[in-house]
Amino acid sequence: MKAPRFSYVRARSVEQALALLGEHGEEARVLAGGQSLMPTLNMRLSQPKLLIDINRLDALAGISLAGDRVRIGALARHVEVANSTVVAEHLPLIAEAMPHVAHVAVRNRGTFGGSLALADPAAEMPACVLALDATLVLASAAGGRREVAADDYFLGLYETARRPDELLVEALIPVKRTGSVSVFLELARRHGDFALAGVAFQLAIEAGVMTGSRLAYFGSEDRPTLARGAAAAIQGRRLDRDSREAAAFALAGDLKPMSNAQGSTRMRLHLQQVLTRRALALAEARATELAGAA
Amino acid sequence: MTDAETMEIALTVNGERVSRTVLVRRHLVDFLRIDLGLTGSHLGCEHGVCGACSVRLDGVVVRGCLLLAVQADGCDVVTIEGLDQSGEVADLQQTFVARNALQCGFCTPGMLMTAAELLADPQPKTREEIRTFLSGNYCRCTGYHAIVDAVATTLDERVKRGGGHG
Repeated sequence: MKAPRFSYVRARSVEQALALLGEHGEEARVLAGGQSLMPTLNMRLSQPKLLIDINRLDALAGISLAGDRVRIGALARHVEVANSTVVAEHLPLIAEAMPHVAHVAVRNRGTFGGSLALADPAAEMPACVLALDATLVLASAAGGRREVAADDYFLGLYETARRPDELLVEALIPVKRTGSVSVFLELARRHGDFALAGVAFQLAIEAGVMTGSRLAYFGSEDRPTLARGAAAAIQGRRLDRDSREAAAFALAGDLKPMSNAQGSTRMRLHLQQVLTRRALALAEARATELAGAA
Repeated sequence: MTDAETMEIALTVNGERVSRTVLVRRHLVDFLRIDLGLTGSHLGCEHGVCGACSVRLDGVVVRGCLLLAVQADGCDVVTIEGLDQSGEVADLQQTFVARNALQCGFCTPGMLMTAAELLADPQPKTREEIRTFLSGNYCRCTGYHAIVDAVATTLDERVKRGGGHG
């Protein structure tokens, strides 16, 4: 189908975009990469009065190292994140996840910030920023800049802490610490499809023992979700077969997957448990490799 | 809001400068097909799944149906017509014929546009990697095997020739 009628403004500055958002609020939609917004317009699932095109706002672009955090601008395209040496070196979890994000033509256009602003429950980047304990920066004409921890940002199905007059401007993501290991895995029917189940793990390991972990799950709950029970089950332990099983067992108390045509609650929980065992085994192998190289 | 809001745009399409007044809600492929008469870019699903509308925007392949024509203002667009005329993928086109990599041909322009990006910098790739690269383009006739054959053969030849094309 064809998109419904709307007005269109190509923002010339962040201030102009914020002023328009402040004025029009929920009746406006921000057009970034458009890889999710345009389909909903073409299918008439969404009928905004105004599209605010932010694609020419260079202030929102770019990826850079800022102290012990990596700044990824909201307009950084997936392909830029995928090819970034800063991301490869400091955010290996995101580098590992990126090939799973959609397809070549979509990665050439889709943006990091757009993925976080939409908060699709099956998307990879929301789970990664949650696992990495990132800070998301929101801006508005009325309130200036405010920072929201990823823990407090994802509120529900396509629902975030971003207010209608706010623009997501960047993500600040702590760099990988020495001795930490990350693992990203997902299950999809075909490459590039939305995940049926997926994990983004960030694990701190000292002398072979888990000292802290953030185990993010996506593709099954209404939002990316940290599994606190599973993390507690491996805390202070070595990553062996027993602790892997303990984590998978505890996961049943952390997740309550949504049932839909892609799979039942039970099947999705099972898949997340399978991924948990695989990811922790992979983490153990990576930690051993790290220890060997040190 | 007016009934049919329009905007003037000027862009380069297949090397030629064009200026038009377009509906702001018109996507790039409708603009190419309806306003410019370039019907090589196909519209399949019109929501970014099938890849039949793939075109090149400022050097990279994108979904033409997921971009508004007004967003291409000032940009450089290459469609299958331009790709064909430039001879950039003449070797791939010949291999598509030789390998029977198309039947109805609906997906072929998009397949060529996407494969062109893979072939532009010829590096050895496994069949699995080629399949992954093409995974955003649907073909409902061939079962993909012949398409992967054609791309793999062309890539091998380009790698042997030491990069470049033509």
